[in-house]
Amino acid sequence: MACEQWREKLDLYVDGELAPAEEAALRAHLQGCSGCAADALDRVQLKRSVQMAGKRYEPSAQLRAKIAKTIAKAVPETSAKSSGWGWRIVFVPAVLVLIFTLAANFYVKRERSARERVYSELADLHVATLASATPVDVISSDKHTVKPWFQGKIPFTFNLPELQGSEFTLVGGRVTYLEQTPGAHLIYQVRKHEISVFIFPERGLETPSLPAGPVNALSFNTESWTQNGLRYFVVGDASADDIAALSKLLRDAG
Amino acid sequence: MPVSLDRPSASSFEELAMPLFDQLYNFARWLTQDTAEAEDLVQESYAKALRGFSSFQQGTNFRAWMYRILRNSFLSSRTGLKSTVALDAEEQEDVLPAESTTPESLLLAQANREMVQQALGELPVHFREVLLLCEVEEMSYQEIAETLAVPAGTVMSRLFRARKALRGLLQRKLEGGRRGL
Repeated sequence: MACEQWREKLDLYVDGELAPAEEAALRAHLQGCSGCAADALDRVQLKRSVQMAGKRYEPSAQLRAKIAKTIAKAVPETSAKSSGWGWRIVFVPAVLVLIFTLAANFYVKRERSARERVYSELADLHVATLASATPVDVISSDKHTVKPWFQGKIPFTFNLPELQGSEFTLVGGRVTYLEQTPGAHLIYQVRKHEISVFIFPERGLETPSLPAGPVNALSFNTESWTQNGLRYFVVGDASADDIAALSKLLRDAG
Repeated sequence: MPVSLDRPSASSFEELAMPLFDQLYNFARWLTQDTAEAEDLVQESYAKALRGFSSFQQGTNFRAWMYRILRNSFLSSRTGLKSTVALDAEEQEDVLPAESTTPESLLLAQANREMVQQALGELPVHFREVLLLCEVEEMSYQEIAETLAVPAGTVMSRLFRARKALRGLLQRKLEGGRRGL
């Protein structure tokens, strides 16, 4: 693109109004073109001097007080106008609805953020474990080796499914922690995809109950449910169908 | 009568509108070029906004709404009516001029704050306001468009012309200053 065409965009550029792709392209051009760079600098300079010069006038304290008074007066005025019970009939339910909405909203938000926190923590555990040189502490494809290994290491026991005839293989397991609660971290494989299964005792977790069914967290497919006092989380980059299939196997075994 | 709805909104109005007070005054003072008029304008705008707050749509841009009220009040004031130029004519040829301004970094480096303030004051109101909203209030084109009730494309071309006019004024001032020496 010729410099002329770039220069037409310089105002938009210094005003931060270009689309990201265009902005990147223009920035690349500015790095190699001293003429356009000087022009851009000049425009930034004008912008700055107007900004500095424009902040010029300060209101008096009296004016501020006057306006604050006008606003303050508006509150008693409206309530005086609507004195009696009339307004209460509308107002009280309105406030109740408002309070209820706010509380529900707050609760939902809090629950949602707790859920998001748990999922990102589990996703971190999943990624960190796979990235480490020794992802599992007990390497075995045999559930009869893996399950007893956890004995005495975690304060609960669980059942693992029979994998014969399925596409899944058990890679191994390790002890992990979520919210200071020890739990089992099992790694399964399906078509080169690793899937983490986390099992924690329900009572140790502060996190509000997670909805049954799949949740898509951070581009991982996940599924979570509670069974026999144990909370299961299945996290992995395998397809949602694979995650669901493994979840079903675990649920049937548990 | 739904007066009761205004009750809780008076306090939220305060929370939204009072933080804008200093900026609104600065803007009003630039528009009117007079302290007493600016004070009247700010008061009038707050009173109007308070009355119309129930019609303000939650979730839309409150700042643009406030500035629009202030600006409309100004335009319908005596000073405002006098300062309004035939904007329609300007809006007709609303294409972005292709010519580019030559870099005059040296020129601008010499222009001091006072000189820029003078030049800003001399600009036609519709140029002055768009520059103030963009540079001082740091509004996006979209926000400016909402404030001025014009399309975003108009904001762009008006800004371009305003900057060009400002450069012209500064250049003249600097040259004039040099001749005077």
